[in-house]
Amino acid sequence: MKRDPLLGRYALISPAAILIFVFMLLPMLLMALMSWLEPGQFGGVKWSSYTPEAYVKFLFDRDLSDVLVFNTDYLSIFSRSFQLALVTTLLTLLVAFPVAFYIALQTPKHRTWLMLLITIPFWTNLLVRTYAWILLLRNGGLIDSSLHGLGIVNSPINLMYTPIAVQIGLVYAFLPFMVLPIYTSLEKLDWRLLEAAYDLYANRWQTMRRIVIPLAAPGMVAGCILVFVPALGTFFIPELLGGAKTLMIGNLIQQQFGVSRNWPFGAALSFALLAVVLIFMLIYALRFRGKGSLT
Amino acid sequence: MINPRNPLWRYWSLGVLMVVFFAFLYVPIIVLIVLSFNQNQTATIWTAFSFDWYKTVLENPNILRAAQNSLIVAAVATVASTVFATMAAVGMAGKTFKAQNAFNGLVGLPLLVPEIVTAVASLLFFLAIGLELGLTTVIIAHVVFCIPFAYLPIRARLEGLDPKLLEAASDLYARPWQAFARVTLPLLLPGIVSGAMLAFITSMDDFVITFFVAGAGATTLPVYIFGMIRTGISPEVNAISTLLFAASLLFVMVSFFISQKK
Repeated sequence: MKRDPLLGRYALISPAAILIFVFMLLPMLLMALMSWLEPGQFGGVKWSSYTPEAYVKFLFDRDLSDVLVFNTDYLSIFSRSFQLALVTTLLTLLVAFPVAFYIALQTPKHRTWLMLLITIPFWTNLLVRTYAWILLLRNGGLIDSSLHGLGIVNSPINLMYTPIAVQIGLVYAFLPFMVLPIYTSLEKLDWRLLEAAYDLYANRWQTMRRIVIPLAAPGMVAGCILVFVPALGTFFIPELLGGAKTLMIGNLIQQQFGVSRNWPFGAALSFALLAVVLIFMLIYALRFRGKGSLT
Repeated sequence: MINPRNPLWRYWSLGVLMVVFFAFLYVPIIVLIVLSFNQNQTATIWTAFSFDWYKTVLENPNILRAAQNSLIVAAVATVASTVFATMAAVGMAGKTFKAQNAFNGLVGLPLLVPEIVTAVASLLFFLAIGLELGLTTVIIAHVVFCIPFAYLPIRARLEGLDPKLLEAASDLYARPWQAFARVTLPLLLPGIVSGAMLAFITSMDDFVITFFVAGAGATTLPVYIFGMIRTGISPEVNAISTLLFAASLLFVMVSFFISQKK
């Protein structure tokens, strides 16, 4: 009895493949389709009435006489999201690189403990960690009351519900995501390269710039993607820390399935977000092919 | 190996940064924990130590039901995703074939797509195929996004296995399934355990996707906590958040000591 040896392997892979295909890939295709439909009266969509309205709505408003007027409201939410996500990525990179470098300089035993300290917040619920910042940032919270106690300020600091609060929340949430991949690429660093650099009269800065940073680059790029993508799509961090004034793409999408009841617009926004992420991935894949991976 | 005592590797400013870094990481969590033991009703002013809020939380039937839902979902999602991920990892090991790239792409999908996009797409899909939102839809969504988390450690472990061991088994007349049960599986077990743990914690922690596909009856713990936070801070939220942190801490510690033993 001879049979194709591949058959068994296909059979082993297929349950996972089929599940992800049916419940992840198909839904995304459906979402793309729905973004071209007309919204129903109370949520939902009108099947088989196609319109580009959801994409038009992103840039234009219809006034009373049905004339399209350029509207930058949604555009400004998109640009704010990009700005917040970008600043988050840069700040986390700036902090995480020296931290990862420091950890890589320790003895193996020390390293394990330090990494454990970074892993604990990494696996703590993000909602819980965001909530903790409300306790610190709000008026009468820890920061406010200690500044008052020291006599530095006299009026409430009003930090909550500002872009700064959202920015702090984002950096706090995604900092461990940046440290872990950079540490992974520095962990196996050949320190003899640095000694060689010093032997050749390189100073610390030159060694850093010419040796350590290039070798850590794959980890840095992976970290940037691991931070940028979820930061761009986040919705409960601005919801809880930013209030109604600091909306991000995620909030806008969520609203379309809640109060606004415009599913096609929500689908179009999600699709736009997905497209942006896929473009970043493509650049990553083309630029850093084979130089270390995300996972 | 480097000698950390070598003055070449001394950057004292980095030491200062580390202190600031860990303070930034842990001060909010410590404040949360301290305030959860605060007797005072106004959540941020300390008066006296008490367990009152933990009692309130543990007597709240809604929280208990949400916790129960979370555990049911996480248990089913962990078992199902770990089984499927183990099968897939075993199927992917060995000689390369064409469909492997397609599967690698598929399995990376839940990791790369922003959560909110997955959430929206799943919601629209469930409604379009007429599946009522509830525990079933939550479980399906969780099984799917837990597969990659279970898959990656198992695959990594499998790649590190010595193929000679399997050859030896077949030299000794073991049938393929015997070789799998007696050689591959025991060696794979640490990978399976860490994969299952990753899947479990990912499922327990998920908020965004669950929030979209849960419907009214299937509130999980994170979704319930979100509702509580939205209505304002309260000592009850402090207590339940601390409990959740303690659970994560326990989990990380257990997996840490398992990995130390290997």
